[in-house]
Amino acid sequence: MKTAFVSTVVVASALSMTAAQAETLRLLTWGGYAPEEVIAMFEAETGHTVEVTTSNNEEMIAKLRATNGGGFDLAQPSQDRITSAQEEFGIYKPIDMSRVTADQFIPSMLSATAANTTFEGEVFGLPHVWGTSGLVVNTAMAGDVQDYVDLCDAALAGKVSYRLKRPTLIGFAYSMGLDPFAAYGDTAAYQDILDQVEAKLTECKPNVKTYWDGGDEIKNLLRSGEVVASMAWDTGGWQLNADNPDITFVAPEAGALGWIDTFVLPARGRADDAAYDWINFVMRPDVAAMITNTAGNFTAAVGGDAGVSADLKARYQGSFDQAAIDNIKWYPPVPAGLEALEGATLDRINAAN
Amino acid sequence: MSSDASRLGFYLLLAPILLWLVVLIILPHVGLFVVSISEKIGPREYEIGMGNYAAFFQEPLFWRTFARTAIMSILATALTLILGFPIAYYIAKLTQGRTKTTLFLMCMIPFWVSELVRTFGWMILLRETGVISNGLQALGLVSGPVEFLYNDAAIMVGLVYTSILFMVVPLVTTLDSLDNSLIEAGYDLGGSSTAVMREIVIPHAMPGIVSGCIVVFMLSLGNYLTPILLGGKDSLWFTGMIYTQFITRFNWELGSAFGFLLLILSSLVVFLGLKLSGQSLSETMGRS
Repeated sequence: MKTAFVSTVVVASALSMTAAQAETLRLLTWGGYAPEEVIAMFEAETGHTVEVTTSNNEEMIAKLRATNGGGFDLAQPSQDRITSAQEEFGIYKPIDMSRVTADQFIPSMLSATAANTTFEGEVFGLPHVWGTSGLVVNTAMAGDVQDYVDLCDAALAGKVSYRLKRPTLIGFAYSMGLDPFAAYGDTAAYQDILDQVEAKLTECKPNVKTYWDGGDEIKNLLRSGEVVASMAWDTGGWQLNADNPDITFVAPEAGALGWIDTFVLPARGRADDAAYDWINFVMRPDVAAMITNTAGNFTAAVGGDAGVSADLKARYQGSFDQAAIDNIKWYPPVPAGLEALEGATLDRINAAN
Repeated sequence: MSSDASRLGFYLLLAPILLWLVVLIILPHVGLFVVSISEKIGPREYEIGMGNYAAFFQEPLFWRTFARTAIMSILATALTLILGFPIAYYIAKLTQGRTKTTLFLMCMIPFWVSELVRTFGWMILLRETGVISNGLQALGLVSGPVEFLYNDAAIMVGLVYTSILFMVVPLVTTLDSLDNSLIEAGYDLGGSSTAVMREIVIPHAMPGIVSGCIVVFMLSLGNYLTPILLGGKDSLWFTGMIYTQFITRFNWELGSAFGFLLLILSSLVVFLGLKLSGQSLSETMGRS
């Protein structure tokens, strides 16, 4: 009788434990950051299920703002966009560092991200995947393009593409010898930089075939030869390099723009356990290497580059020597309100003839 | 007692449409209006004011984009009418039986795939390395690749293609209801083809023309995909601007004001169109 009772309790508690552990993780992330095989391994190992929604920085913030931080349990915006979104909309909750296996993270990246995502004394972001924006160039047709402003060379008229977004403003500013990140805190100085960049980009407009929006769009334009030089992400250049050795990513002389995509917890996420499990799982070196192989970008995981394919490493080293790595301009946190100034500038460039 | 029951029945039948209107149309618009009249003065601080509407009129870019969108939509509507009317006339008056059904079906087939797929189809045709450019080069008509994409003409092609069905269907319906003997009588009385068209066919088809035009104009004005994908670096479209305000600028307040202005101004254009053509909305929608 007693053993029967005890075993019932054990079975019941075991059942309730699995019930408490098995959660659905609603992940809001970028394309390639949650490959099928990684999800399958994670689900087999932990019992959680994962639902992936792919998005980009702006849409992630817009989605979470619409629900006051609900609807998703884990999101992956870039580290420079977290504090301003938190200040304006309060859509995230702080990271509980005691639940994160911190020694899986490269210490310098962990502390840099923590510093950049601290709002009112609490840390909101953990680093995951990093990469850069720079130039993707068809070296056979536009071998001279070494810097952002080279895209405005008259020889390339109608064969150039870039996005009409903030990275373009910042890249061109650096290329023109300005320092936009240093002016982040000074609205007047920043507006002055924006005005100079606006003049440059308006003058450059006849060179542009079209402003691209999505990663696939720019890859198609480059692959077909309709565009020979562009400002784009490093991974796009390396993927194209696999098909056509002439096309590759070039780290601009003024410096590639470095971004780090993070993990953040939406304020009203319901599956924190699953979210922390996912973070600790994907930061394991073997899993991090799998993600690098699909996404094309390296991660902040210690030893995560060991399992990365030799091809990708070769392309990375071809684009970045040590000097180029040292010259990467890492995005500092964007102060709230700065984007309104940039938006007005971008609108004027778009409307200019 | 019986009148109570019938009244209950009436309200029950009315309930779905009322729910639809209140929950999906009126409430969201009230919400949109409330957002549109709040001005941001700091992080998480808002006050009520008309600043967002003022911004629309103060910044030339905004109202110019709106005017551009409206004018291009009117042009697209006119083009759709010019292209759609002969098609509809042919289907309604010059064919019968199976040919008629087949032709009608052929107009509809492109609409069985989504708008996105249709737009990508146009991108494949029009781009510099696309079908038309390569075809012209193969025929020796041009010496190098030609870019047809990324300009206003491409937008126009896309808009007309996307909306022509919505012009053809009401036109076929109204033209079908025109008695052939009236046309014959017109000719018997010595009227020329143009006179018959002007005096008999077009006046009869007017409600169909107007309702087709209203639908096509609204579809073009509110279209997002086609202008964004086919348009070039100068091709601003007002819906794209609303998207930008909401998503990339995080400026829901201005975006909401834009949305409201789009609603008001497009209603105004339709109202003017009805006045100019001498039609009333109830007659147009009732008869077609």
